[in-house]
Amino acid sequence: MSVLASFARRSTPYVKPIARSFFSPTVGSQHPAYQGHIPLNRFENAFLAAGSALISLANPRRGDMVAALGETTAGPSLDILRDRMLESPEGRRILKQRPRVTSQSVDMHKLAQYPQGTFGRSYVTWLERCGVTPDTREPVHYIDDPELAYVMQRYRECHDFYHCICSLPVNVESELALKFFEFANLGLPVAAISGVFGHLRLDAKKRARLFSEYLPWAVKCGGSARSLITVYWEERWGQDVEEMKRELGIWDPPEARWSKPLSEAAKAAAARK
Amino acid sequence: MLSLPRSLARARPLVPSRHIHSQHRTTSFGFKTIPEESKESLVKHVFDSVASSYDLMNDASSLGVHRLWKDAFVSTLKPGRKGPLRCIDVAGGTGDIALRILDHARESYADRETTVDVLDINAHMLKEGFTRFKKTMYHNTPQVSFHEANAQDMPHSLFKDDSYDLYTIAFGIRNCTSIPAVLKEAHRVLKPGATFACLEFSKVNNPLFSTLYDQYSFSIIPLMGTILAGDRESYQYLVESIRKFPSQPVFAQMIREAGFATGGDRDGGAWTDLWGGIACIHTAVKL
Repeated sequence: MSVLASFARRSTPYVKPIARSFFSPTVGSQHPAYQGHIPLNRFENAFLAAGSALISLANPRRGDMVAALGETTAGPSLDILRDRMLESPEGRRILKQRPRVTSQSVDMHKLAQYPQGTFGRSYVTWLERCGVTPDTREPVHYIDDPELAYVMQRYRECHDFYHCICSLPVNVESELALKFFEFANLGLPVAAISGVFGHLRLDAKKRARLFSEYLPWAVKCGGSARSLITVYWEERWGQDVEEMKRELGIWDPPEARWSKPLSEAAKAAAARK
Repeated sequence: MLSLPRSLARARPLVPSRHIHSQHRTTSFGFKTIPEESKESLVKHVFDSVASSYDLMNDASSLGVHRLWKDAFVSTLKPGRKGPLRCIDVAGGTGDIALRILDHARESYADRETTVDVLDINAHMLKEGFTRFKKTMYHNTPQVSFHEANAQDMPHSLFKDDSYDLYTIAFGIRNCTSIPAVLKEAHRVLKPGATFACLEFSKVNNPLFSTLYDQYSFSIIPLMGTILAGDRESYQYLVESIRKFPSQPVFAQMIREAGFATGGDRDGGAWTDLWGGIACIHTAVKL
């Protein structure tokens, strides 16, 4: 696929309009505004929103469909997030520098060097504890404004940082708890949709715990915390985690179910040194 | 091709300038113009990518209608009516046509001697076909065999001159780099008096229907590819390649130039339009 994609980038001097529709007038420019941009008209956007919603529910492993759902349902929420970012100096730095979370900026070995109790070290510990790596997220395709596309990309790439700062692992109930938190904190419709439909995949006991314990935490904590999209995580690797949580207004949720105990993960993180 | 002068004007070299002098032959890849040598591998990438969801996407994007077209195609040919046939199904990948041919011969004429050699350039597609055939009664019988080969250049040892009674190619010829080369090979392997049959997407002449069809093709199909197969670009290529394929009379003329005899240049003669020209069956006889 990458052969075709790179080919598409190189070979067309004339960028042919991609989308036309009988159903609604052309929305904005129909030419790609950035690499990977796929302009959609209103009908196509709705179609993709519906299709990606169904596939995300049926097969949550389709990360590209979850991403598409987020983009097609974003609406005005990305404008609001950008305004939040513009209101804070840290957010403005993010918009100006447009940091990306890649294997260079998240060098696991370098982060493991940080002292115990710092954000960098606790992030590596979290990755070990969940048995995940910082993988490359699906690039944004369906947002027309390049800056808002970056905001969406930033949200997607910072998702794991939210996991870490909220001390939540990657199983289904914790992901849903985090989605509720994200909706309360950032206001993205996809977070609400994932929460509202995602719990159908849980058994009754987990669902009960989700709604009785995690949902109140998510709403209270997410609603009162600082907007996490304005946090420049890459500047804060050395910051003490507890101090960071106080600064952002986050407290721990009810104890979650981890795949590895903390002691084991901490040992593994130390072993990276 | 008709639009070649216009596409050449838009063509841009893909390799460093010192190689430009050797790149004078171009062809189309959807709406892009590319050097001829590249088309085969690009098409290979498309079909490697779509093979596992090919049948699902066919059903979804045509809303199941492709089955009707393939049924009509094989019914028109009536394989087995005049005795067992040696058939070759080219670009036959997932085996839709081969299976219909064998079933038609068996059900309508109690013919269990007709054979089909399924040929495809793409191993993934062939594998899907082989797996599909394992669920049928033809698996492990001499009635079906699978070969990885290029329709433009079939090995003479396996595919001898004047050896087949029926040559079919369904929804495959537009993906080939050179249609005349495919037609030439078809002419070579067919016996004199044998039938050439091609089912392919074609031009919809009714302007209103054509507009609706374009909207559907360019809006819905790539999105379906994104949703069902996670692959927009392959399906964008597929719908663009349909638009680049020659119209019915032009293709009929190409068939005649390869040495075949066709009916007159009208619907019902050299070709039969299906669903207003969305698909089209071209038939011809080797002289």
